[in-house]
Amino acid sequence: MTAVPKPPPTGSSEAAARDDVVRRLPQPQRTDLAAGGRELRLDLFRGLALWLIFIDHLPPNLFTWATIRNYGFSDATEIFIFISGYTAAFVYGRAMSSGGFVVASARILKRVWQIYVAHVFLFTIFLAEISYVANRFENPLYAEEMGILDFLKQPDVTIVQALLLKFRPVNMDVLPLYIVLMLFLPLIIWLMQRKPDLTLGLSVLLYVITWEFEINLPAYPNGVWYFNPFAWQLLFVFGAWCALGGAKRMAALLSSRILLVICIAYLVAAFFVTLTWHVPQLGHFVPRLIEQWMYPINKTDLDVLRFAHFLAIAALAVRFLPSDWPGLRSPWLRPMILCGQHSLEIFCLGVFLAFAGHFVLAEYGGGAGIHFVISLAGIVIMSAAAAVFSWYKRVAAKGGKDTKSADADADLAGGGS
Amino acid sequence: MRAIVGLVALVMLGTLSGAMIRAAAEEPAPGTCQVPDSLLTSEFPLKKVAQAVKTERRLDVVVIGSRSATVMLPDGTSFPARMEAALRSKLPGVAVTVSLQLQIKKTAEEVVQDLDHLLEGKTPQLVIWQTGTVDALRAVDPDDFQVSVDEGVAALQKRGVDVVLINLQYGPRMETMISTGPYLDVMRMVAQHREIPLFDRFAIMHRWNDDGSFDLFSPSRGVELARRVHDCLGRALSRFIIEAAQIKPDELGTQR
Repeated sequence: MTAVPKPPPTGSSEAAARDDVVRRLPQPQRTDLAAGGRELRLDLFRGLALWLIFIDHLPPNLFTWATIRNYGFSDATEIFIFISGYTAAFVYGRAMSSGGFVVASARILKRVWQIYVAHVFLFTIFLAEISYVANRFENPLYAEEMGILDFLKQPDVTIVQALLLKFRPVNMDVLPLYIVLMLFLPLIIWLMQRKPDLTLGLSVLLYVITWEFEINLPAYPNGVWYFNPFAWQLLFVFGAWCALGGAKRMAALLSSRILLVICIAYLVAAFFVTLTWHVPQLGHFVPRLIEQWMYPINKTDLDVLRFAHFLAIAALAVRFLPSDWPGLRSPWLRPMILCGQHSLEIFCLGVFLAFAGHFVLAEYGGGAGIHFVISLAGIVIMSAAAAVFSWYKRVAAKGGKDTKSADADADLAGGGS
Repeated sequence: MRAIVGLVALVMLGTLSGAMIRAAAEEPAPGTCQVPDSLLTSEFPLKKVAQAVKTERRLDVVVIGSRSATVMLPDGTSFPARMEAALRSKLPGVAVTVSLQLQIKKTAEEVVQDLDHLLEGKTPQLVIWQTGTVDALRAVDPDDFQVSVDEGVAALQKRGVDVVLINLQYGPRMETMISTGPYLDVMRMVAQHREIPLFDRFAIMHRWNDDGSFDLFSPSRGVELARRVHDCLGRALSRFIIEAAQIKPDELGTQR
């Protein structure tokens, strides 16, 4: 879904066009673009991914039908991880070129710390929610399911396991993955700036080894990480590769007609397979052999079908949504773009709002109407928060102009968040 | 080129809305615990059940279940008991026995290890295995869960009995706490692979919650809701078994 954007402007006419864009943009974009070419398409799609992740975290409702996982193999997580890899490599790659490996690494680690703290914060909220439920909810129909609360009886183990990122309640899997990926970012960028194709090749190799030998990180109390970092790194590294020149080199490929036809054919096929999940009667149209080969479509290890599905969407997005598309500056897409620009904050807010939404549904019953209102309210709150963050950033940047601004820009532009 | 993309999008949209309209047409009247036929049919027949009912006029069922197969009340309220009662009234002249083997707090793997012991001295034609909840609670690796369920079903089939799987309960309050998806997927896959019917308890309860038959959000401590849900589940399950065995109750009743 993600745009594979063009590298920072180099050619004079392109640069001029961009300057024009910059002038017309509101303040925060202006500084970023001036600092190195902010790709609004990335922000747009990351904002979209954040909204979709929020909706997917709520119980299924009308909005759920609008999320892309119902129309194909991949979902918002792929978009989020790819764009994170892209922006992180772009921002910290520049930092590494100008400030050196050590300084850039230090900044990346600072970012990792922020994400870790955010994760622990969300865990605390989760604990609060389920402790409350544990005390209020004793429907005998669910006596067995309430066993999930047993871990409250041994907080010593549970909390330590959570701090070690091994115990991750439902819906809290993305940030740990992100933390691990960011930890390796200095190494990835360092190698990528020297041997980009080798780096991507190593990433593919790791992916293949992961599938062959079923490597993963252990989880608590059982099993493995829901998002296997050894497999999902492929998307992240691929994003980094695109950011550091790969996208430019692929430009010819991306505009070929054959690729277009393949992408569309694959997306249509994936759509029909997905349709059989919702309308089981259609299942007979899928040949048994294909079924046996295709299933299971593994999310934990980033099934290659999912990866290909994401690539197809991304290729179409790049083709049909040029970076100078006027819609990117329309006020209607502003909320989504703003959310994409503050992705760590908005992601955390989204997880919190999903918890809160569940809570409201639990306390006041779960009619379709309330469902709808909660989804909508969540998106409005996320957008409003993003607007406030942007405003604050702008004010803060005005206050302490020179020394702080470079650093602040980097955090805003990506921090990969 | 754009025209082609537009056309494709239009076709997609058309198919989808068609599917949604069909789904909407199936919607039962609110307030009743009806189950649409699509959730009560299986492409895999219960041959042993059909044979026993038609020729021997008997049906012996063993239900292997966890805590959610019971309401922990005096007998006759849990869904296995309600299913037994429903089967008896729908299959007049057939001797129906149902025995419940409760395996509380045991994962699929632990149940499979105990399978011989559980069926000792019993010669059922049908084993109904309700599982997945404990594995989901303990976050057992879905791959391991798949191996266990597959092994268990294979072992049962080897004994020459029909097998029906029952998946997890739907509980709207549990959705933030328990990740049910992978376990539901595994059970669907094993059922497909081993060619046995799967009673989709999750989808059925989900539907009841959506159409207003039951308020599964209710925090009430009373047993009334549980009792009614189990009654409905038991009746739906009996219908499911009769359909899957392709028995026509009308043709049976005459020889009483």
